[in-house]
Amino acid sequence: MTEKKTTAKKKTAKKTEKQKFVPKIVAFACNWCSYAGADNAGVNRIQYSPHFRVIRTMCSGRVKPAFVLKAFEMGADGVLVSGCHFGDCHYIFGNYRAVELFEKTKKLVHLLGLEDERLRLEWVSAAEGIRWAELINEFVDQITRLGPSPLSENGKKS
Amino acid sequence: MMNIETIAKATHVNDCLECGKCTANCPISRFTDAYSPRLNVGRFIQGYAEELLQDERLWDCLTCGMCNVRCPADVKYTEFMKRIRLEAFQNGREATCSHGGAIQSLMRIMTSPTMNQNRLEWVPKEFTYSDKGELVYFVGCLPYFDAFFTDLEVNTLDTAKSVLKILNHLDITPVLLKNERCCGHDLLWSGDLENFKKLAKHNITEINKSGAKRVLFSCAEGYRTFKLDYPGYVDGFDIDVVHISEFMAEHISSNGLKLNRFDRRVTYQDPCRLGRHMNIYDPPREVMNSIPGLELVEMRKNRNTAVCCGTSAWMNCNLTSKQIQAYRLKSAKTTGADLLVTTCPKCYIHFKCAQKDENISDQIGIDIQDLTVLTASVL
Ligand code: SF4
Ligand code: SF4
Ligand code: SF4
Ligand code: FES
Repeated sequence: MTEKKTTAKKKTAKKTEKQKFVPKIVAFACNWCSYAGADNAGVNRIQYSPHFRVIRTMCSGRVKPAFVLKAFEMGADGVLVSGCHFGDCHYIFGNYRAVELFEKTKKLVHLLGLEDERLRLEWVSAAEGIRWAELINEFVDQITRLGPSPLSENGKKS
Repeated sequence: MMNIETIAKATHVNDCLECGKCTANCPISRFTDAYSPRLNVGRFIQGYAEELLQDERLWDCLTCGMCNVRCPADVKYTEFMKRIRLEAFQNGREATCSHGGAIQSLMRIMTSPTMNQNRLEWVPKEFTYSDKGELVYFVGCLPYFDAFFTDLEVNTLDTAKSVLKILNHLDITPVLLKNERCCGHDLLWSGDLENFKKLAKHNITEINKSGAKRVLFSCAEGYRTFKLDYPGYVDGFDIDVVHISEFMAEHISSNGLKLNRFDRRVTYQDPCRLGRHMNIYDPPREVMNSIPGLELVEMRKNRNTAVCCGTSAWMNCNLTSKQIQAYRLKSAKTTGADLLVTTCPKCYIHFKCAQKDENISDQIGIDIQDLTVLTASVL
């Protein structure tokens, strides 16, 4: 309750600032499914939020904690890791590996004091262009509600 | 532009006799001829400093200080490395980071002034701590290492829990800082002075806020960094710094702290930061010798000739590192001990990592424990 009140108060003060906030989101997409899914969204001319940058990896199992941490270090407000559905990974077990790595990353991000909602792991197939677009829209909304990363002043490369 | 004069003056490189003792004793040079401290000093003083800055192998040095100890001309090679790396970093050179740079990112993220970490969730309910008081226990990167190195089966937080247990046992309620940062040791030794200073300033502010006048360390690197580098690089640091081994030894000798039986033969790894950098050799041994039943056996190379754990500052971990680690673990095993004790979380992590090599596990398999964990188990 009290929390709501204070956020309401803050909102008026921060309103102008909030409106200007454009989230910076990094999306890691595996070459064989999710990246193709994003391509599918483009080919079908689906209109969706442009506030994300895709980084293609060969497999979601390649996305080490270091990748996600680097994104946050450089000022990302949210990070999405996406790959093929279970059973579909081009390298058979890559997305199982991705889950393990992601669990580790999540713990580190939590220790750093970032909200858990800034980090997401999702499976998107090459045929799911619509789902990709919806997912991005939803994630952009989620991050916009959270506001800028507490670390984003840190964005300039050291 | 690099100031060759200043570096030479501060590190005495011009006094080099070209005797080669440094290279003969360097653990890196022992396993690869691609790296030689004598050669590096030579290149620097003979006008090839720029070339040295470009050298990939510059980042191999463990800055373990073995060469400093052996040098008859008092060349301060580790200080030389530190300064050269500051220059190299400014020229855009960087080491190859282990683990894809994850740990470097963690350190740089911690320079953020606005962060609000969740770094105290590990504290067991039965222990007491406070946010104001006389003594700060600096936990350092232990929560991060614990989360990061799960696949090596290292539980670095056991060290933190043990320290807390020991302190509470002595009726001491330490301060734990919610927003303490990495001490910056690794950034400093990999040339990133700017971010090192940021971390140092945050830490000093946090400690000052707690009102403490004394900081306790369970890691060798944090201890060295606070004791030698904070006063050297940042203003306004006037706090007493103590390592847990000194602290425990003091309580055993003058406050009558008694420890229970532990019937095992153990050997001790002198971490380079605690030993050669800080000259702390006796306190850890005093603690172990005060444990009834414990038999302490030394490796052939011990105290100021102890071999380093093979990787430093999460840089250039490579085959040579693995060879050094295997070599050191073999010497630990040949003492006949079944437990290797250390006082640095990184020795612990790197050695555990080397033990993943199953082909030689009969030669290098030995339990490893932090001194605090051992002590807490016999309180
Ligand atoms: S500090 Fe250690 S690793 Fe570096 S040159 Fe000297 S002996 Fe070799
Ligand atoms: S030990 Fe000292 S004097 Fe001898 S080569 Fe090395 S730096 Fe020069
Ligand atoms: S020895 Fe240390 S730095 Fe090298 S891979 Fe293992 S844990 Fe990482
Ligand atoms: S290739 Fe898509 S998750 Fe492995």
